[in-house]
Amino acid sequence: MSDTPAEAHGHEHPKHELSHYAKRIYAIRDLLLEKGVLTEKDIQCQVEYQEARSPANGSRLVARSWVDPAFKARLIAEPKAACAEMGIDATAINEFVVLENTATVRHMVVCTLCSCYPRPILGRPPDWYKSFNYRQRAVVDPRGVMREFGLNLADDVEVRVHDSTADIRYLVLPLRPKGTEGRGEVELAKLVTRDSMIGVMDALSAVPE
Amino acid sequence: MGRAVSSPASKFKPGDRVRVKFEDRPGHIRTPWYIRGKTGWIERIHGDFLNPESLAYGRDGLPKRTLYLVAFNQADVWGRSAGPSDKVLVDIYEHWLDPAR
Repeated sequence: MSDTPAEAHGHEHPKHELSHYAKRIYAIRDLLLEKGVLTEKDIQCQVEYQEARSPANGSRLVARSWVDPAFKARLIAEPKAACAEMGIDATAINEFVVLENTATVRHMVVCTLCSCYPRPILGRPPDWYKSFNYRQRAVVDPRGVMREFGLNLADDVEVRVHDSTADIRYLVLPLRPKGTEGRGEVELAKLVTRDSMIGVMDALSAVPE
Repeated sequence: MGRAVSSPASKFKPGDRVRVKFEDRPGHIRTPWYIRGKTGWIERIHGDFLNPESLAYGRDGLPKRTLYLVAFNQADVWGRSAGPSDKVLVDIYEHWLDPAR
């Protein structure tokens, strides 16, 4: 694809030029349609499927684990089966591993190679998760990243950063916040943020106003 | 972490010390640069998976490769560690690992 400046080839380009990768994506899409590999409807269905998945699935899994120790044990031992129990389809994940935070161990997930992420459980990754900044700093300075998300850990807490480079998708099981005793599963699920399941922060102790 | 997957043909077992090969070659590689040449230990056997270095080129990914969760002390990777027991854990295929002391 040519990056020739507009003035050099006699016509004007729109002010908001598409990026190289955006141009490439549209070109590939047009080719797939033109050759009949995909239809507009296939693409729309896939977009809707991607958009339909959200961190709410993960929040439900975590909240259930907090109130039901037997479920938590099953979620850790056989995550996909535990998802199926809750009506969450995790079959698209090749291998699914749940990392349980404790008072002395905190997990954090990154994919330094690209943007591997447990999409069936958490939906699409946030943009920062895919940024070079996060991908570089998460492995070198995880505590610094956590501090920026508002989490300050004592030195004697063990920080375990998981670089998900292969077929495994990781979900962090955050600690149940103090002072939430007696609350129900639905209310608890509201405290389980996407970022707490990536591991860069703790679950909320109260629902934001 | 869940069940330990057993892989009858696996070369390493949990606790074994391993060194990541220091190789540089073109093409699709799933072993991040920063971890090549570093020494850690097997934390878990994930199981046997199709080889992504073959799948990436439309090939069949066979033979399957054993995938390990390998743990490294932050200090051994970066020469420093903010917390005394902080670790970085990477999923690495068997053909990238050598035994280490």
